[in-house]
Amino acid sequence: MMPTASSLGLIACHHCSTVWRHAVEGERCLRCGGSLHRRKPDSIRRTWALLLAAIVLYLPANLLPVMQTRSLFGLQEDTILSGILFFVTSGEYALAAIIFIASFLVPLFKLLAIGLMLILVQVRSDWGLEERSRLYRIVELIGRWSMLDVFVVAVLSGLVQIQGFAQITPGFGVSAFGLVVVLTMLASQSFDPRLAWDAAGPTNRQSSA
Amino acid sequence: MQEEPDLIACDCCDAVFRRTQLARGQIARCGRCGAELDRHAGEMRRALLPLSLASLILLMLANAFPIVTMELQGQSSHTTLLGAVMVLALDGKPFVAVLVLATTVLFPFLYLSVLTLLSLPWASPVMRNDLAWLVRMVRASRPWGMIEVFMLGILVALVKLASMATIEPGIALWSFVAATVLLTAILGFDLRGFWLEDREGRPEPLDQVAALR
Repeated sequence: MMPTASSLGLIACHHCSTVWRHAVEGERCLRCGGSLHRRKPDSIRRTWALLLAAIVLYLPANLLPVMQTRSLFGLQEDTILSGILFFVTSGEYALAAIIFIASFLVPLFKLLAIGLMLILVQVRSDWGLEERSRLYRIVELIGRWSMLDVFVVAVLSGLVQIQGFAQITPGFGVSAFGLVVVLTMLASQSFDPRLAWDAAGPTNRQSSA
Repeated sequence: MQEEPDLIACDCCDAVFRRTQLARGQIARCGRCGAELDRHAGEMRRALLPLSLASLILLMLANAFPIVTMELQGQSSHTTLLGAVMVLALDGKPFVAVLVLATTVLFPFLYLSVLTLLSLPWASPVMRNDLAWLVRMVRASRPWGMIEVFMLGILVALVKLASMATIEPGIALWSFVAATVLLTAILGFDLRGFWLEDREGRPEPLDQVAALR
């Protein structure tokens, strides 16, 4: 059987990774002063709350315009998807692909992945434990790249401010979109991947390691 | 409570392993779930001070000068990072303004300042212990520093404008490019390395050090 910190009565500090024996939940780490927890506190409930908030905001983030362009040709409103279409029609396929992945696929993938990981912990599934650990690390790694479109809008609306000729202003979609990114990042941070292994029970997948 | 200096626990699945001395370039991975447990810091530790100082200077340049200048119908317009944040704030998007300010200015500056402070030659283990709360905070802020994502955002914005106006990259754009390269190297150093290093030089933990003084 694979020994785990919790089965040996040890607590590893989340901040400095020092391993302690006979430590009490909530006690301060003597090495770095951070508080010690066997698992992230309230992980499942916090992650669900943040995830649900992100799901609610996902629709306005994609449907509301992220920016408005006022030019001599009139007013044009852009959503995340129409911004991607702009690059497709102007032949910038590589750029279209980057934005499609960062702004559309990554947030959707994160919502689905975090939801899946939560549900599998709650039904105490032992399915694909290694893959789920890897999925968690991928979600942690790619989450920040969704901020791309927020930065694009920020630079464009900062730059294109020529009164009468061309003016770009940020739309409400960008606020919703920024919130989705922040909420999904917080959700993946509050999820504790060790819960998946706990829930699957002590007999699983020990021999393969 | 008692320290187990020879053990290391996986963040991802809680499996416990015996710590081994790694050679340069080696990474220890969890045998159960494959997560990274530990890596050899390499020469990074020695390069930390010059690299973080250089990045701090580059970030100051990146904030002081215009990112890009645009010319359209004989009129020109330029923006700095803070200028873009101001436009967002004045256009009724204070949340987005704060988000951009925090991820591109505040968190990167905080991270680099603390890193510079801790890697100064006269920074002792005792001083690092006193500043442990700062190290914890900065380590937690790491995913929120997004210079490299912002960099890509500038490029996308420029391509978008290139078809309608004349674009001239400013000093800040090149500073961002250089800072992104340096930050990639700097972020490879895990701040936990400071604690590990102090532990190897001095076996007793915090409370006993405090009692000695």
